[in-house]
This record gives sequence, C-alpha cells and structure tokens, in this order.
Amino acid sequence: MEQNFLYNWFGDGVITYALLVTIPLVFLLIYALVAILGELKIASWVQDRLGPMRTGWKGVLQPLAEVIKLLQKEDIVPDAANKPLFNLAPYVMFTGAFGAFAAMPFAFNFVPAHLNVGLFYIFAIGAFSVIGIVMGGWASNNKYSLLGAMRGVSQMVSYEIPIALAILAIAALAGSLDLQEIINQQGGGFWNWNIFGGYGSFWKILVIPFTLSLFVIHFVGGLAETNRIPFDIPEGESEIVAGYHTEYSGMKFAMFFFAEYANMFTVSAIIAICFLGGWQSPFGDFLNQPAMQAFWFISKACFLVFVQIWLRWTLPRLRVDQLMYVSWKVMTPLAFVCFVAIAVWSMLR
Amino acid sequence: MTEKRIIDVDYSQVDTERMRINMGPQHPSTHGVLRLEVEVDGEIVTDVVPHIGYLHRCFEKACEKMSYPQVIPFIDRMDYIASMNNELPYVVGMEKLMGINVPDRIQLIRMAFAELNRIANHQLAVATFGLDAGAFTPFLYLFRDREMILNLFEKASGGRLLYNYFWIGGLMHDVPPTFKQECLNIISTVRKTNEEVMNLLIGNSIFIERTINVGILPADVAVNFGVSGPVLRGSGLNYDLRRSEPYLLYDKFDFDVVVGKGEMGTLGDCWDRNIVRMREMEESCKIIEQIIANFPDESSDVRALVPRRVKPPKGEIYSKAENPKGELGFYIVSDGTVNPYRMRARATSFVNLSVLPEISKGYMIADLIMILGSLDIVLGEIDR
Repeated sequence: MEQNFLYNWFGDGVITYALLVTIPLVFLLIYALVAILGELKIASWVQDRLGPMRTGWKGVLQPLAEVIKLLQKEDIVPDAANKPLFNLAPYVMFTGAFGAFAAMPFAFNFVPAHLNVGLFYIFAIGAFSVIGIVMGGWASNNKYSLLGAMRGVSQMVSYEIPIALAILAIAALAGSLDLQEIINQQGGGFWNWNIFGGYGSFWKILVIPFTLSLFVIHFVGGLAETNRIPFDIPEGESEIVAGYHTEYSGMKFAMFFFAEYANMFTVSAIIAICFLGGWQSPFGDFLNQPAMQAFWFISKACFLVFVQIWLRWTLPRLRVDQLMYVSWKVMTPLAFVCFVAIAVWSMLR
Repeated sequence: MTEKRIIDVDYSQVDTERMRINMGPQHPSTHGVLRLEVEVDGEIVTDVVPHIGYLHRCFEKACEKMSYPQVIPFIDRMDYIASMNNELPYVVGMEKLMGINVPDRIQLIRMAFAELNRIANHQLAVATFGLDAGAFTPFLYLFRDREMILNLFEKASGGRLLYNYFWIGGLMHDVPPTFKQECLNIISTVRKTNEEVMNLLIGNSIFIERTINVGILPADVAVNFGVSGPVLRGSGLNYDLRRSEPYLLYDKFDFDVVVGKGEMGTLGDCWDRNIVRMREMEESCKIIEQIIANFPDESSDVRALVPRRVKPPKGEIYSKAENPKGELGFYIVSDGTVNPYRMRARATSFVNLSVLPEISKGYMIADLIMILGSLDIVLGEIDR
C-alpha cells in the first residue's frame, strides 16, 4: 500500500498529524458552504424560482451570510433544559459526522488514517449522531424535541440494519474491510465497480441485480441516516416543529445543520467507495493521477449529495410506521437475500 | 377502518404515561392560530381538543353597529382565502330582502369571480395539504398560478385578498377590458398545473400511502356534525348548494358535483377530500368557460341598481351559498333601520373543524396534521 504523501513530505511528525486533521476539516467547511448554496439553488431550480440573488453574484455568498447570521444570533438555553447535555449534543452530533473523515480515502496516497477495518469504523462512528439526537432531544425538555428524538433513534437504528447488510455484502465481495483494498479491487474502468458486480469474469453478470439493489438499499438507508426527506421524520417540520433541534438557536443550531450536511457527504462517500469505485477513475488508468482521484472521489460523492437534495424537493414525507415497514419488511429481507447471493458468488468465483 | 392501528402492548410492565402536547397557536401546520390540545400515547393520538378564539373580532356584534354596505369589508375578513365567495351570500340575501333584481351580466361576473376564487382557494388547500405531507414544491407551483387569479382580482377591485367587490345591487367596478382573455389564460394555466400536481403529488405513492385510510369520515357522521363542502362530498354525499338550491344562474350551467369514491382507500379518507378539491377546480374551469362563452360584450353600469341608502324593510332572511369550504350562510334580521338588528354567520370552517376530534383519535401525530389539513379550515372564519 502506498504511503500517505504527507509522510513523505513532512515525515512522521506533528506537522503531518496537524495537516491530517486540518485538510478534511477545511474540506468539510468548504463543502458545507457549497452544499448549502447547492441546496438553495437546486431547490429554486426545482421550484421554478430564482433563489437567493442578492448576496454576491447570483447569490453565491448566501451561505456565508447565513453562517454570519447564525454566529450573531443569541444562544438561548431553555431554563428547564439539562444544560450540560444540551450544550454537548451538537458537538457529539458533529463528532459523529467529522469522525468518519478520519478513514476517508480521498486518493490512493491520501487517507488520514489507514485502518484495515475502515468500513467498519466509518459505519460505527456514524452511529454517534444517534446519541447526539437523543441527547439534544431529551435535554431540551420539550415535548416536540422528545418526540423527534424518539423518532430519530428508532429510525436510525432500524435503517442501520439494511445498511449493515449492504456493507457486509461488499465486505464479502471484496474480502476485506479495508477501504483502500475495496477501492483497489474496483480499478480498471467503471465496469469493475461493485455496483456492476466488482472485478470478475463474464459470469459476474449474474450478481449484478443483487449489487444494484444493494446500491439502492444503501442509498435509501443513507437518506434515512441523514434524516432527509422522505425520511426527515425526526425533524418533520409540519408535525413536530423542528424535532430534536426545536430549542436550539445560534451556533448550536448551526452545528446540527453542519452535521447534517457533513453526514450527507459521509453517507454518499461510503456509497461511492462501496459501489462506485471510490477514487477510481471511470476510465481505468486514464486520468487516474492522485489529484484526479480526489476529484473523482469528491465528484461521485457530490453527485449522490445532489440526488439527495433533488429528492428532498420532490417527495413528500413518510409516516413513522410506514418508515418502519419499509425498513424491516422490505429493505432488510431484500438486503439479506442480496447478501446471501453475493456471499455465495464470492465463495464460488 | 381496516388500517386502524390497535396497540396491543401490556403496559402494566412498563412505566408509561400519556403526554399532553399543545399544538399551536404558533405551530407550522395549524393553518392559523388554532390551538390543539393533543393527548398522545407515544405517537398515537388519544384525544384532541381544539381551542379557538385567538382571532375573535366580534364580527356579529360589530355588524349591529354598522350600516349594511359597511358589513361587506368585514365579511371579506372572515375567510380571507375566498373573500369573493364570502360576500356572495350576504349580497344575494340583501338583494332578496330589498327586492332588487340584478341584471344577468352582473350575475355572470359574480359567478365568474366566485368560481375563480374557488379555484384559488382549492389551489391553496391542495398546496398546504401537500406541505403538511412534506412536499414543498407543488406548494410553490400552485402559488405561482394563484397569483394570476389574484392579479385579475386586483385589476377589478384594487385588492388582492380583501376585495369589497360585490355590492348590494351591483358591483364596485366593471370588469377590466381584458377580463375574458385573462379568464381563458387562467383556465389553461390551472389545467396545466393541475395535471402536473396530479403527477407530482397526488399520484405519488408516498402521498397516497400517507392519505388513504386516514381520518375516515363516514357519511352519517358527516351529516350528524353538519359538515359541508368538499369535506362532506369527500364522504360520498352528493350535496352542493349550487345544484340543490341554485342561486345566481348556476341552474343554467352545466357542471358536475364531484364526490369522493374511495378510489384509493376507504370512502371519506383524506385522499378523497383532497381529490374532490382537485376535481372541483376542473368543474370551476368548465363553469368559467361557459360564462365566457355567454358573456355580453357591451359594458353596462354595474352600479345602476346600487341603492344610495340601504334600508331594507322589516324582516329576516337566511341566505346561503356554496363557499369553497362549504355552506356559508348569513342570517340577517332587519328592523327597518340602516343597521342590521342581528347578524349571524354560519361559518363553514367552524362546523367542519368540530368533526376533527371525532375522526382523528387512534391515528398518529403525523396523521392528525394531515386530517387537519384535509379539513381546509381558515381561522378567520372560525373565530370571526
């Protein structure tokens, strides 16, 4: 495995570690601003209107203006709230979202921490946001927040199961939990991506239906993990006001908001790694230099983020019991069937 | 009631309690300043108590101190989504009381504006119903088209929401010269967008799943509570004042009374109530088309019959009309002076809201919001 290029440049020292933390954080901040602008602009595109037009050219500075607004806002903590938990919750939420970036492979020679259980790690640290939601919802001492937190926990825990099965199937297909290893196996053009059955002979055509459905299952589960429409039940603004973050204002609300966008990227990135070849170029070795690899990886993830935004402005919201139905009675059995099929395939090939 | 959830958990083992939630008066989906006191068992609604009165403006008492024409702007403020329709029963009733026969042209204009306002109201109802379900985009599509109707009203009356356009014995102004063309434009746009909304929202399987078998209102319960309008017709009852007790010139026009058929789920569920509104828009378009075809070209003095001093003879009248939300009636008692002796409004939304506790028990909080949205209430009318 190729060394992280920062080690080659700066050695195994403090600078390297500082940069390993800073680069993903800076990336995440820039990405969040772009994604907020994208959300506004895609929404206005879907809805036949202009969207923000006054802050800068075509409103490109709108996210910055919103961040400044949120920074200036009064930070209200309700009297009856459990203050330590209330203050901690947004940061727990953000930790879950940002922690995943520790194992995120941007290119073959840049991954902040090369873990041999990277897939497992990202999946596990993603579950942190559940704790953030239940902390925020319970500590707010607000009935709407409590309902939102309850819904959030039940939803996210249920949807982790089909996602876990999808990830398990990918681990079986690749024979590894190492993200770099999984991506390496998908090299050599888009036909070798896991969504098309991974690397293999002509007969992998038999396994494509299963990988395709796993891709869909993982994506739908990802939508539920990030609490986006049609699964934004924990926030369901027309029912329970703003769900678990009803009582939050100012910067703490911004942290929840930021965590949501970071989560969107994390989920999309995992799907890109597991199914769309991660940083691999779709054209084999063509355009597959490290810088281009980062570009491919971010583009693939951002495309999936775009689809999430697109869906949000198109679909209505599901109800709690329907959500559970989709998870337990549709997606989980389907994911299980796909997992078994892929496991058999990877044993026989 | 096939889908009604029965909670079969032994709660004696678990320390649970029911929670009372105040929904409103400031809540995103109570459609105004309605306060719902909701008792929930987890997510299941066990009891709903609507509290009203936050917008109470003493409409009925204030009318006693006003002259008859001064009442009309107050009526506008009742159901501010469909002000034209609000004015209609009062104006028609007053004319009947005073024995004024308005010419056909004015009646046609009144009908056209009432139907246009019906379309605007139903657009808003469907849009906010979608919004309650979490679909934001159809909301903006429908609002964009509603703007065309409001622009026409603005040209005619000067107001976009509160018109004071129908006067006793006539109209405030004649219609703008572009009236016919604009009506045709509105109809074609409404039809195009409705098709789009049918595909995007009403036919969406998530939306169907959210609305079918939710808030089932059986026809007998509907009649017992006295609900009217699309809420009643959604339960399958063919009752429309425009047909059963025609006023203006409705008896000469060809249109169908839309009733719910329980196509997707049970008869009288939220989907039925919503689809009745969608289809009524098409029926209104048909009426407007016929009005435009029969509309006389020469203009006339629309204020010719407006009395200088409205002083009806002693007597009383109950005048009602089919509002977009249902039957709106005014009971006017005249003692022969310039002020009404007593004025009573039968507010549609008030009656329709009364059925909410009956049909929302046992459903989830999300369903409660959908049921409330499907009743299409306006708090200005409930509180008066």
